[in-house]
Amino acid sequence: MSAYEPSSHGEQRIPASSHSEAALGQRERAKTGHFRLKIFVPIFYILFLLIPIYWLISLSFKPNQEIVSGLTLWPQNFTLDNYRVIFNDPSWYETYYNSMLYVVMNMVISVAVALPAAYAFSRYRFLGDKHLFFWLLTNRMAPPAVFVLPFFQLYSAFGLIDTHFAVALAHCLFNVPLAVWILEGFMSGVPKEIDETAYIDGYSFPRFFGKIFMPLIASGIGVAAFFCFMFSWVELLIARTLTVTDAKPIAAAMTRTSSATGLDYGVLTAAGVLTIIPGAIVIWFVRNHIAKGFALGRV
Amino acid sequence: MLELRNVSRTVGADKHIVDVSLKLERSTSNVLLGPTLSGKTSLMRLMAGLDAPTSGTVFMDGKDVTGMPVRRRNVAMVYQQFINYPTLTVYENIASPLRVAGKPQAEIDKAVKKAAELLKMAPYLDRTPLNLSGGQQQRTALARALVKNADLVLLDEPLANLDYKLREELREELPKIFAETGAIFVYATTEPHEALLLGGRTATLSQGRVTQFGDTTEVYRRPQDLLTARTFSDPPLNVIAVEKTGERFAGPGALSFSAPPSQLNLPDGRYHVGIRPHRLTLGHGAGAAPAGGSSSASFEATVTLTEVTGSETFIHADFGKERIVALVHGVRRVDAGDRVRLAFDPAHVLVFDERGTTAGAPTALAA
Repeated sequence: MSAYEPSSHGEQRIPASSHSEAALGQRERAKTGHFRLKIFVPIFYILFLLIPIYWLISLSFKPNQEIVSGLTLWPQNFTLDNYRVIFNDPSWYETYYNSMLYVVMNMVISVAVALPAAYAFSRYRFLGDKHLFFWLLTNRMAPPAVFVLPFFQLYSAFGLIDTHFAVALAHCLFNVPLAVWILEGFMSGVPKEIDETAYIDGYSFPRFFGKIFMPLIASGIGVAAFFCFMFSWVELLIARTLTVTDAKPIAAAMTRTSSATGLDYGVLTAAGVLTIIPGAIVIWFVRNHIAKGFALGRV
Repeated sequence: MLELRNVSRTVGADKHIVDVSLKLERSTSNVLLGPTLSGKTSLMRLMAGLDAPTSGTVFMDGKDVTGMPVRRRNVAMVYQQFINYPTLTVYENIASPLRVAGKPQAEIDKAVKKAAELLKMAPYLDRTPLNLSGGQQQRTALARALVKNADLVLLDEPLANLDYKLREELREELPKIFAETGAIFVYATTEPHEALLLGGRTATLSQGRVTQFGDTTEVYRRPQDLLTARTFSDPPLNVIAVEKTGERFAGPGALSFSAPPSQLNLPDGRYHVGIRPHRLTLGHGAGAAPAGGSSSASFEATVTLTEVTGSETFIHADFGKERIVALVHGVRRVDAGDRVRLAFDPAHVLVFDERGTTAGAPTALAA
């Protein structure tokens, strides 16, 4: 400690004018060094994040022969054959349709169920409301694998196996709590006096909710729907267990790693690229609303 | 006519409103005056029907409306916060009650334009509320309340969040604008001078109780009790404990003055006198004899703080155990710790007995 003290005091005692030029140069250098570091950290960070995605895209444009024969940084024999396979084979492209269908169903169900629940949590005090709110969240704390067997047994009993509805419903267990949590945050940001003003103006509850309240929390509904989409779109275990062929999701199709000709890297990577695209599009649309969600501390 | 009969509201262990009975006539302006948390908003919510009373009944034009939901009553309310529908334009905000009522477009248009004109919102009808200044937002809310043609218009400290100038402006306009509608106009405020400016009738509130209800000037001049007088005084009322013997009141220190004629026949005993801050004048230096002859009384106090507000000076002083505030004209240079002589005319004091009930109030226009 004492070793550092003199130097720091010494620096302070030097009159600013006599060494100002040197000090300035030093500071300038320090600044550019700092500046470089500031730029390189995010550049490296983004590069490392993007490399796997680049590799995926690059692979999807290579023929299998090039993929297995050696390392090429970009496709030497550029081909769209892999994509052609997917778009021409119903066992591939139907899985996209299946995934989309149950994801959309799940989004609609989750948000529709979560809206009134979130409204109740945000506007009313009732016995055990805080415990119930927390309990809802605990549903998300268990890994999906925990629920695989009960779901499978239950849905078999009701004859729901291999339907889109089964997957949509199963995912609600995870998505409804999340949607309630997100929506509650957005709803609590709307002053209660707005509700009252609407009632004073003569609005009935449904009319107020649809015409005044929903537009106010439109961002929240968007963010909630987005997170439902995210979970439901990437969830593999439950979706695969509850489906056989009719409602088979894309994620399950992609894990079908071996075919008659061995491992079909090209087609699998092309399927991967096509799986990323919907997510990327959705993120693009909700990016501004998500920032708002972050500001509310609910995302 | 709106009548509250023995209305109380209790939430959990908190008594928000305690046994309030009020009769508010049509085409009158009524002020609810009280400090924050005195129950003004709670009382308004009961009047509007946003909350139901725990006990008691509410009558509107002789009809029991106690349990009736707010949307079936013809009321309008404006909050202290600027509450509008952020997603709708100003025009739609104002038109909202008429739209819900299913009025024809031509009629809505006419009413909205008229209300916007009255509240000087005509140039902003196409904007959304969040693109307006605070004053304009509140004007929008007021226009919505006006356009509805409600039987009961409740304004809950509508000007509290506005800057001084806007407040002055709107305070003048508001009673005029709403007087024409024939509604029962209720205005809640924490500021006594706002109540005096609005005129009409005033109900003073304290801890969920209405302490007095009557003509505003009457309540101000002749408060029924100490609580009302304290509520209706800003800066706070100075209260000094005195003892009456014969024709004289004697207080702490050397304070002694002869009772004004109206209070001569009060029985001897202990009293409290209330002196409004603006009734105190600064005597000529400590120790000097009080000017103004026998009818004037004075006492010496130690200054703790002076605040100069341009043309007036607030002098805070300690007099015995009491804290005294005097509002004197002009800029006075008095330092903390100085001894000053504060004088008042006994004819202007309010006299309360030991239970706080008014025993004597100034006659005529004295207060």
